[in-house]
Amino acid sequence: MTGFPWLTFLILLPLAGAVAVFFVKENRVRVTALSVTVADLLVSLPLWWLFDASSGQMQFSELAVWITAPPIHYRLGLDGVSLPLVLMTTVLMPLCVLISWESVDTRIRSFMAMLLLMEGAMIGVFAALDFVLFYVFWEAMLIPMYLLIGVWGGPNRLYAAIKFFVYTLAGSVLLLVAIIVLYFQGGHTFDIVQLSEGRYSSSLQLWLFLAFFAAFAVKVPMFPFHTWLPDAHVEAPTAGSVILASVLLKMGTYGFLRFSLPMLPDASHAFTPLMVTLSIAAIIYGAYMALAQADLKKLIAYSSVSHMGFVTLGLFMFNIQGIEGAVMQMVNHGITTGGLFLCVGVIYERTHSRQIADNVGLTKPMPRYAALLVIFALSSLGLPGTNSFVGEFMVLAGTFLWSKIATALASVGIILAAAYILWMVQRVAFGVPSPASLPKLRDVSRREMITLVPLVVLVFLIGLFPNPILTRMHASVEKIIARSIPPPREPVTAVSQLDRLTPPVKQAALAVGKVHQP
Amino acid sequence: MTFSASDLFLILPELLVVTAACIVLVLDPVLHASRKDGLAWLSLGTLAVCMGLTASQMDHPATAFGGLVVIDAYGCFWKLLLYFVTGLTVLLSYSYLKEERLYFGEYYGFVLLALAGMMVMVSSADLLTIYLGTELMSLSLYVMAGLKRSEPRSLEASAKYFVLGAFSSGILLYGISLLYGATGSTRLPAIAAAISGRSLDDPLLLFATILLAVGFSFKLAVVPFHMWTPDVYQGAPTSVTAFMAVASKAASFGAFLRVFVEGLGGLKTNWSAIFLLLCVATLVLGNSVALVQTNLKRMLAYSSIAHAGYALIGVVAAGRLSGAAGGTNGIASVLLYIALYTFMTFGAFAIVAMLRKGGLEGEEIEDFTGLAKRHPLAALLMMIFMVSLAGIPPTAGFIGKFYVFMSAVEAGVTWLAVLALIFAAVSAYYYLRVVMVMYMREPGAVTATSPRLVMSPALTIVLACAVAGVVIFGVYPNPLINLAAQAVLTLK
Repeated sequence: MTGFPWLTFLILLPLAGAVAVFFVKENRVRVTALSVTVADLLVSLPLWWLFDASSGQMQFSELAVWITAPPIHYRLGLDGVSLPLVLMTTVLMPLCVLISWESVDTRIRSFMAMLLLMEGAMIGVFAALDFVLFYVFWEAMLIPMYLLIGVWGGPNRLYAAIKFFVYTLAGSVLLLVAIIVLYFQGGHTFDIVQLSEGRYSSSLQLWLFLAFFAAFAVKVPMFPFHTWLPDAHVEAPTAGSVILASVLLKMGTYGFLRFSLPMLPDASHAFTPLMVTLSIAAIIYGAYMALAQADLKKLIAYSSVSHMGFVTLGLFMFNIQGIEGAVMQMVNHGITTGGLFLCVGVIYERTHSRQIADNVGLTKPMPRYAALLVIFALSSLGLPGTNSFVGEFMVLAGTFLWSKIATALASVGIILAAAYILWMVQRVAFGVPSPASLPKLRDVSRREMITLVPLVVLVFLIGLFPNPILTRMHASVEKIIARSIPPPREPVTAVSQLDRLTPPVKQAALAVGKVHQP
Repeated sequence: MTFSASDLFLILPELLVVTAACIVLVLDPVLHASRKDGLAWLSLGTLAVCMGLTASQMDHPATAFGGLVVIDAYGCFWKLLLYFVTGLTVLLSYSYLKEERLYFGEYYGFVLLALAGMMVMVSSADLLTIYLGTELMSLSLYVMAGLKRSEPRSLEASAKYFVLGAFSSGILLYGISLLYGATGSTRLPAIAAAISGRSLDDPLLLFATILLAVGFSFKLAVVPFHMWTPDVYQGAPTSVTAFMAVASKAASFGAFLRVFVEGLGGLKTNWSAIFLLLCVATLVLGNSVALVQTNLKRMLAYSSIAHAGYALIGVVAAGRLSGAAGGTNGIASVLLYIALYTFMTFGAFAIVAMLRKGGLEGEEIEDFTGLAKRHPLAALLMMIFMVSLAGIPPTAGFIGKFYVFMSAVEAGVTWLAVLALIFAAVSAYYYLRVVMVMYMREPGAVTATSPRLVMSPALTIVLACAVAGVVIFGVYPNPLINLAAQAVLTLK
């Protein structure tokens, strides 16, 4: 580990960039934003190799006093769970700038500033190790996102923007109270690592879990708190949709993983049936809704609800397959859905419609585009060899250990995913285009290629070689699982049970050989 | 009663302010119209000198005039805040009065007199002196509220403010007299000594406490004693509204906390219950009614009512917490909250004041439509103020809310924090509506009557100070937190 403040640099660079775009010439704004996001990506890449995969500890830690009374610190660090998410964010942001290159032409300075502010805040959320600092980053991104949807969004943007804002704010206010309650119950500290090591009474855990749930479930969004998502996705500009789907939703599941599971293990176990039910409901309901959509963005939005259901399902399995699968699925959903939204953005720039009916038969006029779309689509339905397969398979394997019925129900979601995705691809790629739209259907430009190809590479790279990610998260996930298994009140083993029995029975049992003395 | 010359030195800031006020009032009729700007500069200069004096007094507690006046860090905290607000008011008025064609030299005189009243309120340890300060402040404000003589709304505001203000002063005075009857003194330390060990079983004490609470509630604009606020805030000239919403509220909180903590501290579990009721009513009503306002001044009036509710959470918590450290945490959160509230509320009113529609003020929310297109910087500032008022990090508003909620949870009223936070989410809706019309609606064609913002160097300074406070204390609040914590330590 080096002493270089990697994470502060990662957070401050985009924030400085957000200020800088107001001071460069109008025609340099896009280039400036792109340079800043690419620079941030380049700074973040070394972390991948500097990260010590054998340790489940927080790495690249930074600590500074922020407020003295009560002790609130500027405390940052990454473990194997947050590292992939930070890298996913830094990979996606240059693409978001690129896809907005021509499609956004009003108030370009403010737009790029909002994207950069979002980047800083999102990295901050994944890197924060002080609960108040986490909350500040968590809330700070509401306003930029609100403006992204409300200023640069579609026709119904005002409604979508305020709905997004009120839903997420209403969810997260309870989180603040929970944080304060934890402070007083957990030894007067906001240190996330320290709070994760405490034990809290069951009734307190219950209330705190509900408060966390309100914040995280809205953000994920879990069924039935998902209704803001389709509106926000449809109305947001392409870059906004990508950020929403790829990063913002992960903040909810990250919250469950970072806070609910290790801090409130008993309550998490108690709520597992509910969480599994809601997850499976989201998987099936989201997929069904996706089947019925005529709008491409809405279809992907509902598919997100379905896919995020797999993540929450995996998290609450408390086994290594389930949780690692969930983290994989978080990263993969970011890549695949990000790719799909970028694809929709590309076609929207040409036909100015997101309706499937207006965008049919693109293979002939736009062969390269169709190829890219099909790759992302197949990844989205979890074809083996693509990234999503790894995550979904691991989640299902983890679920299988817990309940076979739940696994069977969740698998229905995969079948439905195949149905809505393939049906969409069939219409969009292989239909007969209307002659009127043909002149507008230029194939993807070089800029758009540069935007989409990195994600295609990642789709196959993770699909074929998932191990680098898995090994990095392994130690951290094991640590979380170790926390979330409640310590037995007294060690209950077969032998200790036997010791209570009368000697003859014990001997008989031993003789039968059902129990072996260690 | 005897006093020495050194006592006069201790109240030098008050003397200076009153002197400056008199000079302004005397010079106004004799000065040529073109030189009346000098009066504003004289006021500012006085404030700067006082600020230096008070800052030097902060670490040297003293009492003067046989205990009528106390100089302590607590009083100095409020005074510094009041100088700051008054300075901003003078600067804002300097532009605003010209735009409104209100040429009254007395204006600055009244501002300074009101300030003198507020300074007396926060630094006296005797109920009658506090009452005196309250009256000096209120009388000056009654006049200022009605300064737009040509406008019926302004006159109505002034009359309404006067009638209800006089009524509430009467209640306050009645409470003081009952308390005198019950304890035999109007000095806060003597009252505290007299009621130690007594409870509200004594009907005299009960009525005195309730009447004092009601009297101060009028001044703080706490529900259900808030009825005057929306009309007065809307009708008064906007620079005066800003001054009332911020300075008068700060001074009232200063005096109110001193009376209830220093004087009636022995009854704190009892008054805490009273303020709990008022607090809940204020939070619910203030935020709910603000939702349906279309006039920005009126909305900000309800918003300021709601913010008094948030500050009251700290008071409730202070009353429920036992032990010296716990109680001061609650009070410190109130100080911090009001100090941070100052920046954002004043900033918002300053922008409202300078938005002109033809010759009139553009104070409807609709008038802000498309402001981001015409005045991007002003719209950005307004957005920052609104976001801060809604309490979203990383702004000052969040820090203020965080600390009152901390004290609420510490005091075991977690449900109150939950309720307040839910209403904070509600409040985000009406604050963001302003952001929405500024950024997300297209402005119509520009005509002579379409709203435009009148910028001036003085206004620029006001906005710069306000936004700097909101942003800097949002990101690095430590100095202010320590100052507030230090200030409450001197509150006995």
